[in-house]
Amino acid sequence: MESAVEVQNLVKRYKNSAKNAVDDISFSVERGAFFALLGPNGAGKTTTISILTTTLEKTSGSVRLAGYDSDRDQNAVRARIGVVFQSPSLDLNLTAEENIRLHAMLYGLYPFRPAYGMMPHTYKERVAELADVLGIRDSLFRPVKTFSGGMRRKLEIVRDLMHRPAILFLDEPTTGLDPLSRKNLWQYLARVRADEGMTIFLTTHYLEEAETADRVCIINHGVIAALGRPSDIRQELTEIYLLLDARDHAALARELMRLNLAHKREADGPFRVTLGKQNPAAIVQAIKTPLSHLAIHNPTLEEAYLEMIGRDEQHNGVTNAPPAV
Amino acid sequence: MKHELNAILAIAYRDFTKFLRDKPRILISFALPALFIGILGGGLQANLADTAGFNFLAFVFVGVLAQVLFQSTASGVISLVEDREQDFSQVMFVAPVSRYSIILGKITGETFVSLAQAAGVIIFGLAVGVSLSFGQFMRLIPAGILVAMLGGAFGILVLANLGNQQRVRQIFPLVIFPQFFLAGVFNPITRLPPFLFILSRAAPMTYAVDLMRGLYYAGAAETDKVVLYHPMTNLLVIVVLTTVFLSLGTILFVRRERNR
Repeated sequence: MESAVEVQNLVKRYKNSAKNAVDDISFSVERGAFFALLGPNGAGKTTTISILTTTLEKTSGSVRLAGYDSDRDQNAVRARIGVVFQSPSLDLNLTAEENIRLHAMLYGLYPFRPAYGMMPHTYKERVAELADVLGIRDSLFRPVKTFSGGMRRKLEIVRDLMHRPAILFLDEPTTGLDPLSRKNLWQYLARVRADEGMTIFLTTHYLEEAETADRVCIINHGVIAALGRPSDIRQELTEIYLLLDARDHAALARELMRLNLAHKREADGPFRVTLGKQNPAAIVQAIKTPLSHLAIHNPTLEEAYLEMIGRDEQHNGVTNAPPAV
Repeated sequence: MKHELNAILAIAYRDFTKFLRDKPRILISFALPALFIGILGGGLQANLADTAGFNFLAFVFVGVLAQVLFQSTASGVISLVEDREQDFSQVMFVAPVSRYSIILGKITGETFVSLAQAAGVIIFGLAVGVSLSFGQFMRLIPAGILVAMLGGAFGILVLANLGNQQRVRQIFPLVIFPQFFLAGVFNPITRLPPFLFILSRAAPMTYAVDLMRGLYYAGAAETDKVVLYHPMTNLLVIVVLTTVFLSLGTILFVRRERNR
């Protein structure tokens, strides 16, 4: 099956810049998949998404979306993608419904009509359905300038789902949304994905949102630092270990040596026992010294990400630069 | 084709709606022409009409009418910069419509805005005693649409060469205000020193003002004193300039948008 997104050796160097903002990256996204692009500010995420959504010209490489070349078949690509931009992209002088109607007409979904009342029933139903999901139905006929930041974001998402895109690009979409709205949005997107086979291409600062992705790509300084399933990246980038302690520290240390278990201990803290491929339950059963503390350290994607970005910054000679997450 | 037309109408309608909801803009757009016609036209009429041999109030009225149509559409199209800075233009530029349709939609919308402003100018002109027959009015309508389209095409060419709103604020007045005088909106330009003559004929607004005056004064005794060229000549120049500005401006604008 053809991929929804295929990026080959993509390079972007901005005018008057000495280095590449995106430096020879390649990846693909399967149809219907949930793909997350992660990276600190300035890593090249927005540049990549701008090229993929046809608003920015690449320097070299090839990009295909939904089977179409992003240079040669721009309109075919545009008809099949939806984009929720990082910065708000609504017309504040119009009402919410007028923003949605303008979008529907730009995508050729309905013939031009100057008023909501003149729009076909199918349009009204679709708008109501989407607005209900994100809880903005009561505000549809209010000017957007009276909306809060969170409501504006919801409206953008409603608008971009109107034309049922095959690929939905979400550039940090939940920034400014309250936890309930964020949960509603992800539930709805999961449903749309399941019902319509829509591919979701996400960039986010909320790493827990990427935890549920099918595949994650971490970029930093314009190059791919990690690519794969979140669980694989977690495993690849961080250690999974047992934290053990006992009142009789010396006895526990002797026993860990006897069992040939790699371990280390910092100051007065617990012993860190590297798991490798061993079963944690079997290790615990084999230890006879009475334990006073037992925990398993299974890092989140966020911990893996922070660790990797931290290593990268050190490698590049950057100090005191915490990643923006 | 139908889809493109749909998009043009939708973009045009959006611009016109925006204008109708912007009360300060409506007020300013009616107040300034009224000031020009009332004070400048009235003052010149009282002091120079006998020497000049034509009615200055009517002269300034037609000039301001053309200037409003040209300038309003040009500055309206320039608002694409504002859209770009608010990131609204991204929405239009990721939509599956031709870039030409986006620009054409913008120009069409701003043409309607300028026609609404022109209606205000005409009402004010009639109120202060400018004579306007039905025949003159009917001739001025199609000419006014063409003048507005020229202004829009001029606007897109300027826009394509300016990066941001700050630069627009600095540069746009420099390319528009001198044209008021070079095009003879308030002042006769039938006789000019050579360097001003060249600048005057290089200003696109000159042909817009002259077309409107040529149609207003058609068959009148004072035509030779106020009109430079035959309306057909002006029409031809306007069509050529509009086509060139629109094509070149759109190509440059789109290239600048994508090729950063």
